[in-house]
Amino acid sequence: MSPKISPNLQLTEDGRLRHLLTLDGLPARILTQILDTAESFISVGDREVKKVPLLRGKAIFNIFFENSTRTRTTFEIAAKRLSADVVNLNIGASSQSKGETLLDTVANLAAMQADMFVVRHSAAGAAHLIARHVAPHISVVNAGDGRAAHPTQGLLDMYTLRHFKGPFHKLRVAIVGDILHSRVARSQIHALTTLGCPEVRVVAPRTLLPRDVESMGVHVYERIEEGIRDVDAVLMLRLQNERMQGARLPSSGEFYKRWGLTPEKLKYAKPDAIVMHPGPMNRGVEIDSDVADGKQAVILPQVTFGIAVRMAVMSMLGGGQA
Amino acid sequence: MHLPTPERLIDKLVEQISPDIGPGGWQPQALVGMHTGGVWVMENLVERLGLREMPTGTLDTSFYRDDYAQRGLHDGVKPSRIPFDVEGRRILLIDDVLNTGRSVRAAMNLLFDYGRPAHIRLAVLVDRGGRQLPICADYAGLRLDMPAGERINLEKDADGRLSLVVSGRKS
Amino acid sequence: MKVHIKNGRVIDPATGLDQVQDVYVAAGHIVGLGSGPADFHPNQVIDATGLVVCPGLVDLAVRLREPGGEHMATLESEMHAAAAGGITSLACPPDTDPPLDEPGLIDMLKFRARHMPGPRVYPVGALTWKLQGDRLTEMAELHESGCIAFSQADARMEDTEVLLRALEYAKTFDLPVWLRPQDAFIGRGGVAHDGIVSARLGLPAVPVPAETVALSTILLLVRETGARVHLCRLSSRAGVEMVRRAKHDGLPITCDVGIHHVHLSEMDTADFNSNCHLIPPLRSLRDRDALRQGLADGTIDAICSDHTPVDEDNKQLPFQESEAGATGVELLLPLTLKWAAETGLPLVKALGYLTHRPAGILGIPAGHLAIGGPADLCLFDPEAPWTVTPENLASLGKNSPYLGLEVLGRVRYTLIDGHLDFKR
Repeated sequence: MSPKISPNLQLTEDGRLRHLLTLDGLPARILTQILDTAESFISVGDREVKKVPLLRGKAIFNIFFENSTRTRTTFEIAAKRLSADVVNLNIGASSQSKGETLLDTVANLAAMQADMFVVRHSAAGAAHLIARHVAPHISVVNAGDGRAAHPTQGLLDMYTLRHFKGPFHKLRVAIVGDILHSRVARSQIHALTTLGCPEVRVVAPRTLLPRDVESMGVHVYERIEEGIRDVDAVLMLRLQNERMQGARLPSSGEFYKRWGLTPEKLKYAKPDAIVMHPGPMNRGVEIDSDVADGKQAVILPQVTFGIAVRMAVMSMLGGGQA
Repeated sequence: MHLPTPERLIDKLVEQISPDIGPGGWQPQALVGMHTGGVWVMENLVERLGLREMPTGTLDTSFYRDDYAQRGLHDGVKPSRIPFDVEGRRILLIDDVLNTGRSVRAAMNLLFDYGRPAHIRLAVLVDRGGRQLPICADYAGLRLDMPAGERINLEKDADGRLSLVVSGRKS
Repeated sequence: MKVHIKNGRVIDPATGLDQVQDVYVAAGHIVGLGSGPADFHPNQVIDATGLVVCPGLVDLAVRLREPGGEHMATLESEMHAAAAGGITSLACPPDTDPPLDEPGLIDMLKFRARHMPGPRVYPVGALTWKLQGDRLTEMAELHESGCIAFSQADARMEDTEVLLRALEYAKTFDLPVWLRPQDAFIGRGGVAHDGIVSARLGLPAVPVPAETVALSTILLLVRETGARVHLCRLSSRAGVEMVRRAKHDGLPITCDVGIHHVHLSEMDTADFNSNCHLIPPLRSLRDRDALRQGLADGTIDAICSDHTPVDEDNKQLPFQESEAGATGVELLLPLTLKWAAETGLPLVKALGYLTHRPAGILGIPAGHLAIGGPADLCLFDPEAPWTVTPENLASLGKNSPYLGLEVLGRVRYTLIDGHLDFKR
């Protein structure tokens, strides 16, 4: 008898989305529903009035224990396009250093009439912990927790793939870079395997791969030439300088020579393969400028899709609780 | 009760709308169909009225419904496509069944987020009564007063044929 | 005080005794097993029908949180909790605040413990000053104050020369050194086993070599010095195999496993449950099965609770930020019974891992029943179900992986030195 596996924290009893914490364990129908709903939100950005009234009167708190202007901004834009009120909190300096516990901070914020928390934290499982302790009417969206998950990024990457490349069951995809430290990579892998992508590859030196990465359903390649051969999409990861610890890589220079995506290396992929990157890019470290600015890169559309996907997630979480 | 076929009701709509298409009428400049039944009706009207050149759009009112707080976002949201400028246009809004009027209210709110139309008129295949808002159909293939528990839906089968289905009727 | 314990199922793993019979206690000693002395007029009669009567449990690792950890638990509360768990003798690790590196601290701890109900306390002294791993403590002095062994607890020990000299020095006095094999560098900052769950969850990992590299060093130094070493809290299949071979080669080593590692694995951390954040980490199912096999074939000598009360504030944190450890004294018995039931091991054997075997490692006259021996007894109902809740735990540490779950086996009476120190 092991400690009980709780029923999926992310879903209500009738299978609707209650929190978005990780793509691991979410059924394919939910992921697909998010992508389909996002499609409807794309056009909102092209209109005169870039808003729909769905979350009018609702308060969304962006609680970022770990800084990120980019991600926070896209969540803010998405929330405002849903007509929600947005409150931004950079916790880093204030309460945490005063010794207030994570849960106390969250409880105080909930008392300020919050309806939804968007949380980014440097420790895996932080969003799960918060989700276990909020009142029933509050939803939690994980904007990144340590190395564990970045579900909205994984979803917008899936949206991008589907948009440019069609159904997942026909695709061969390679994720290149520091998988070990990447929450983006983990979310991408969970999404791709759930959505039925038959061949998901990871490309990295052994020191940047989790020891049991194969158990996640991926094929491991240690050389980029083999790793991206004939793939439909190359998903680049940022080389996480700030997260590298210990003796895992001698230099970013050596990384670039062996695993950096240059036009020459890109030729190994299919001629119409797309190149994606979650941003911000380290030009000359994991990706060459010619590729980043080239016709196969879809990095800018990813940003647009990111807003629509976040709108879809927030609109599926809000509502239905009156 | 024996219901007329959708084809018959489209005929009636065509009779009512035709005089208004050309000079002498209010001359709609664009057609907008409401997902999903309203889009089917619009497709039929485009054919029968010979309006293939006229700009058309489709809209899904999911993001403008007033029951989001109670029911959440329902499944099967479809994208709205209004590929023309709404500003200053005369628009014929088309739906399959008019009931409480809430969907039409949502559709108009959505249209106004695209711009400020000059004129909107509403055409429905069936006005089944039961209004909860001050909305009325300018053109209707059939007007009747159905009891509250009953529902009427426009359906399309695998071969593309339309039919009206009544449910909830007490026998 | 004369006590007559009637009709209990008396089990003594040391002798293989497993029989329904009476036990007679007087003046802190057992004076009769089966039949009592003539003219025995008890002050107290305990009806032990349906209960098992066994030697009081001997727990090799119980953090009493004194000195310095009083925000997490107190000496009183944990002594009481240990008695509630049927424990009559316990060893406490030196990682208190300050660490147990001075005779004065040992004296104080023993004095306080002696003057409250609860188990006999055997402090394990610090091997190095402040547990910092560079200067030896005054082992002879500490031994005189009552330390039965010396340990680094979970503190890092980088300098292998210091380890070598510490073993040599301890050997001089024939004092055992207790070491948890943990390399100072590999797995630093890690909180979870380097396996399929940490891969999925992105938790900083502790690979198996963190244990086996250190184990290899320790075993070679034991070979070199002949020092007696007790290896604490094995966690891996590879580690068990190394110990098996070392024992086969006749090295003077013993080892234990924490009760939670007998049951749980990395799979139990998959929902970020910080109550399953333990040191060493819970490893794969294969590792867990190897630990069970190690117990079955005697490679692992004893099971302990590794009792580590942690307050709510330090557990209700993201997994990698939470403080490691689980409350254990009250789960030691029921979880051992569970292991026995699952593997078909008879009680008379299973209880040995909690009684005479750990007593042998401690070198104390406990863990068995003998006429004239101390009346340290545990009376428990092996079938009694109870749910692990904060209210049902006497320990101030409510941090259990089993919260909300039902277990079987509840202590009803604990006698220490012939006194009824616990009664439910």
